[in-house]
Amino acid sequence: MTEAMVRISQVRKSFGSHEVLRGISLDVPERGVVCVVGPSGSGKSTLLRCVNRLETITAGRIWVDGELIGYRELDGRGSRRRGLCLLKPAELCKQRESIGMVFQRFHLFPHRTALENVMEGPVTVQRVNRVDAERLARRLLDRVGLADRADYYPAQLSGGQQQRVAIARSLAMSPKLMLFDEPTSALDPELVQEVLTVMRDLAADGMTMMVVTHEMGFAREVADHLVFIDGGVIVEQGPPREVLGNPRHERTRAFLGQVV
Amino acid sequence: MVTKTPDAETIRAVRPPRPGRWVAAGAAVLALVWLAYTIIVNENLHWDVIGGYLTDDRILGGLWVTIQLTVLSMAIGLALGVLTAVFQLSDSPVLRGAAALYTWFFRGTPLLVQLIFWFNIGLVFPEISFGIPFDGPKLIEFQANELITPFTAALLGLAINEGAYMAEIVRAGIRAVDPGQREAAEALGMSHTQVLRRVVLPQAMRVIIPPTGNQFISMLKTTSMVSVIAGAELLTVAQRIYLENFEVIALLIVASIWYLVLTTIASVGQHFIERRFNRGYDGLTRRVRKNLNPFGFRSTA
Ligand SMILES: Nc1ncnc2c1ncn2[C@@H]1O[C@H](COP(=O)(O)OP(=O)(O)OP(=O)(O)O)[C@@H](O)[C@H]1O
Ligand SMILES: [Mg+2]
Repeated sequence: MTEAMVRISQVRKSFGSHEVLRGISLDVPERGVVCVVGPSGSGKSTLLRCVNRLETITAGRIWVDGELIGYRELDGRGSRRRGLCLLKPAELCKQRESIGMVFQRFHLFPHRTALENVMEGPVTVQRVNRVDAERLARRLLDRVGLADRADYYPAQLSGGQQQRVAIARSLAMSPKLMLFDEPTSALDPELVQEVLTVMRDLAADGMTMMVVTHEMGFAREVADHLVFIDGGVIVEQGPPREVLGNPRHERTRAFLGQVV
Repeated sequence: MVTKTPDAETIRAVRPPRPGRWVAAGAAVLALVWLAYTIIVNENLHWDVIGGYLTDDRILGGLWVTIQLTVLSMAIGLALGVLTAVFQLSDSPVLRGAAALYTWFFRGTPLLVQLIFWFNIGLVFPEISFGIPFDGPKLIEFQANELITPFTAALLGLAINEGAYMAEIVRAGIRAVDPGQREAAEALGMSHTQVLRRVVLPQAMRVIIPPTGNQFISMLKTTSMVSVIAGAELLTVAQRIYLENFEVIALLIVASIWYLVLTTIASVGQHFIERRFNRGYDGLTRRVRKNLNPFGFRSTA
């Protein structure tokens, strides 16, 4: 059995008294692409943000590549208690290094050029020397079709171009896993495809991906597994063609009726 | 039908005449000339004295002290301000409390009092030592009166006071940065310090610099308060000279001319620093920027 790249087990998350995730369990196999769909406020972003610990979970466990995210399991030997111990900040950073994240609103660093944005992670976090980092960054910008925009600042790029730079910025850390939170939702319709094309190529190259999206065409074509979340629980999941073509639950049907 | 209508041409319109503007401008020029004339021919102003003292060695020495005090106290004040702002925004209640106490005290008492206090600190703490606290062994020990010269007292007073004001400015700057920036940086695996240094502060600088320039210009003149503790900056020196020769107005004009020169240089410097930190916001690519002359015009060559 191959170990799952992401293992989400019984995860709960509350903001105050409001429980947003109510027991989510989900595996993403290595090289797998999982698409997460669901209505607004159902907890899709929160789930994704828990995986790289931009949010702390209230219950459950998340492992990425076999490593427990955010905590260390104490074995109770010696004088130590059994249970969980929070990771030190440096250990947390180490875990995040190998998990790429792409945001709905890009969040490129506006004071740095496209090239500098892509170089930022390798230079600052991985201490790669600038010459190698620049070579890597140019290769990645070329890969997302923006070799000629290296010297532009984010404000001078279209939304689709900015999102492709953001993908290149994440890829520069050589992540094991990429998280996408509605990467095309802030884009004009005619710019959506250029971003989806880049993501399709990534999937074809064997990147493990978790994608929150409303692009059902992309989900049907690229995802191995589709998850429908509503009210903080997984209502229905399976191969995308089955879930999209023949939804078994009333809520799934109602949601898909609205989206398509 | 493809006739070329007049409204398809590029518009070249003339302005309507504005006689009022010409009258106002004429009156203003006249007033200025008259003012300059009365100043220049006024014998009470002793222009020869002013000219002579402008480059007097003592005045230049005072000028140099003013520059040193301003630059050093602003630099230390900025550092203190960044530190305090980071404390204020931290999630440790102890750090937040310490920062609050600091700004509360130093913004709440007059600078004049603080300056005199630092100058006379020897009355409260005759010996200043570094070592184990609470009467433990001491590593280094100073007599306060040796350590605290008028210059160090002035520097302490100005810098610590400035830090309390800069903290507010820096905090406003940090809060103006989109929280998504911090998250994107954290998602790359950056540590707290890296996020602050590489992502948050450079963006906060855009918001921080204009009021800091203000503070700097204000500090150039605030240094003159040091005259109460016999600091040897520009105004104190000018005062010492006019107490000898009674050329009060002339020496005050000498000092004012130098203050104006300093503040003018500071304003120009501020303009260039602002442009440096506006990178990425003003619609110029780096390639275009390379072809700019120092005055920011696109060169046509
Ligand atoms: N930081 C927070 N503090 C309090 N409540 C929050 C916070 N973040 C999210 N929530 C709440 O959690 C719920 C789920 O939010 P989440 O962003 O995960 O939804 P989503 O499925 O991504 O929705 P959308 O499709 O609109 O992006 C919402 O009700 C939201 O109000
Ligand atoms: Mg969301």
